[in-house]
Amino acid sequence: MSANVETGLPQARYSYGGDEFVFVELAEAMSLKVNFRAMAITNRLQEERMEGIMDICPSNASYMVRVDPDVLHPDKLISRLREIDDEVGDVKGFELPTRVVDVPVMMEDPWTHEALMRFRDRHQDPDATDLEYSARINGYDNKDDFIAALLGSPWLVTMIGFVPGLPWCYQLVPPEEQVEVPKYVRPRTFTPERAFGFGGGFAVVYSVQGAGGYQLYGLAPAPVLDVKQRLKDFQDSIVFPRPGDIWNYRGVDREEFDEIRSRVEDGSFEYRKKDFTFHADRALEDPHAYNEEILGVLYGD
Amino acid sequence: MAIRVKSPGLLTTVQDTGRFGEYAIGMPPSGAMDVFSYQVGNYLVGNEDGAAGLEITYFGPELEFTGDAVVAVTGAEMPPKINGEEAPTWEALQVREGDVLSFDYLKNGARSYLAVAGGIDAPVFMHSRSTYTLIGLGGLDGRALQEGDELELGEAQNGEAQVGKRVDDDHIPTYTKETELRVIIGLASYRLTEESLETFLNVEWTVTPDADRVGYRYRGGELGFVEREQPAGAGSDPANVVDFGYPIGSIQVPGGVEPIVLMNDAVTGGGYATIGTVISADRDRLAQSKTNDKTRFRSIELDEALNAREERRRKLAEIKGSLS
Repeated sequence: MSANVETGLPQARYSYGGDEFVFVELAEAMSLKVNFRAMAITNRLQEERMEGIMDICPSNASYMVRVDPDVLHPDKLISRLREIDDEVGDVKGFELPTRVVDVPVMMEDPWTHEALMRFRDRHQDPDATDLEYSARINGYDNKDDFIAALLGSPWLVTMIGFVPGLPWCYQLVPPEEQVEVPKYVRPRTFTPERAFGFGGGFAVVYSVQGAGGYQLYGLAPAPVLDVKQRLKDFQDSIVFPRPGDIWNYRGVDREEFDEIRSRVEDGSFEYRKKDFTFHADRALEDPHAYNEEILGVLYGD
Repeated sequence: MAIRVKSPGLLTTVQDTGRFGEYAIGMPPSGAMDVFSYQVGNYLVGNEDGAAGLEITYFGPELEFTGDAVVAVTGAEMPPKINGEEAPTWEALQVREGDVLSFDYLKNGARSYLAVAGGIDAPVFMHSRSTYTLIGLGGLDGRALQEGDELELGEAQNGEAQVGKRVDDDHIPTYTKETELRVIIGLASYRLTEESLETFLNVEWTVTPDADRVGYRYRGGELGFVEREQPAGAGSDPANVVDFGYPIGSIQVPGGVEPIVLMNDAVTGGGYATIGTVISADRDRLAQSKTNDKTRFRSIELDEALNAREERRRKLAEIKGSLS
């Protein structure tokens, strides 16, 4: 990939998605910095309220804009996007008004275990579980250390999609601590609703039951999608996650899992969450210290 | 006034123009797959643009009317019958209380559209009445029609005055077993070798049985990816990229063997390399292709896509004018 000589940033690729979409790949590789740039650019575009823009979709290392070409010529949009890209630059000083959220998850639950055992023939390592396999290829001595790494530091919601409400999450840790695993050799035809999975460099919570190719580690008791909008967190939108949310996956045992499930069923469940202004510079400079602070905001009084 | 579903057909759903502005939360637009036929149906029965109708796939339903109504069938050649008597397509038809509308076998195309004066009065969910079955929202309880369903109709504007009006033969599309689809190459097309990109554009592809509202899968050639060390976050398969957004109409090539064109109920993002996008004006014809039909993809520039879009809009305006 060619780099921009002046800024040192990778050169963005601007592309037409037919006549109705403009797709911008900021970089081929994932990093926190590139996701901050995608968010900064799409946030600014949102504020401009240009006529003819139908959808603005930030994604992991890229973003996409749906445009009505009868109102706004895609080339005109692209030239404005290039200007915004210059203005945003290396996202120095980028701040994001967001929220920190406690997301319970039961690791090695019986339901995803049953699902993953059904599809061993589609897996890289049919003789291990997804967790055992992922721990090994990431250099962990055992799966408990691997679980501790996943549950110990918060995550940034970098993209929403695939199906409504499914969040892609990227952990707020230095690149050398990032977990990376391949997707299944051939995708499963079944994944339980609310399964906690991992593929490439991203953790997800599957919003609905369906196909899927990510490694399966556990199950979240609380939903990320509520089409009937029964729960308080879903009153404004049928989906809970928002790009830029900071989530902390917290391991729960079967007892707490069941207790949360019953509160979801009777409609009284609400996510623990706190408003927070996220400073990109601090996350890049000293992630461990900043993460401690973030967790303090979430769990402190 | 309602429509009673005596038998639902293979897959009959309530659809309108679709659900826009929610792509960022992963909500695909849904809506009529063949927008042209759907729109013309509304013109025929005197509806406002955007009134909901039925999309009928491959095999038609049997519908009983509990009152007088004006209807039109457009799209695929699936001849309608009123009380067993064959009736014309692309024409506004009068049906009376107790009449039963059924359909003969599909002759050409894949999807028929039933427009009813007043439109199907399903509840509006996020700006649209369109059915999205995957998570069960829109339309009738978020699902395809079932035997025993009752579909309420909206207030008809001036349906009676439309009876007998028909679309000029020149404007009625013909569906063939060979389709050419125009695409704009781009997105992550850099992942394909030059040779493979050429193969993609030269091969005659066959529509597989895996062709529905989510996407169309094709077979016929094998494509290879440029070798690279996979970037952080992408996963190890050469067809994988760091997960990104998928435009409607975009073409992905998982494993290099089966191109998939994403359609109205598609997933909105994922980690497969996408290599281009079918232009909006050609998705109507795509939606009328079916299993075993042949397809070629032709690369065009944006200008040609915008001209095709303009041409389609001009044609629709002309038809609308001739029917009002």
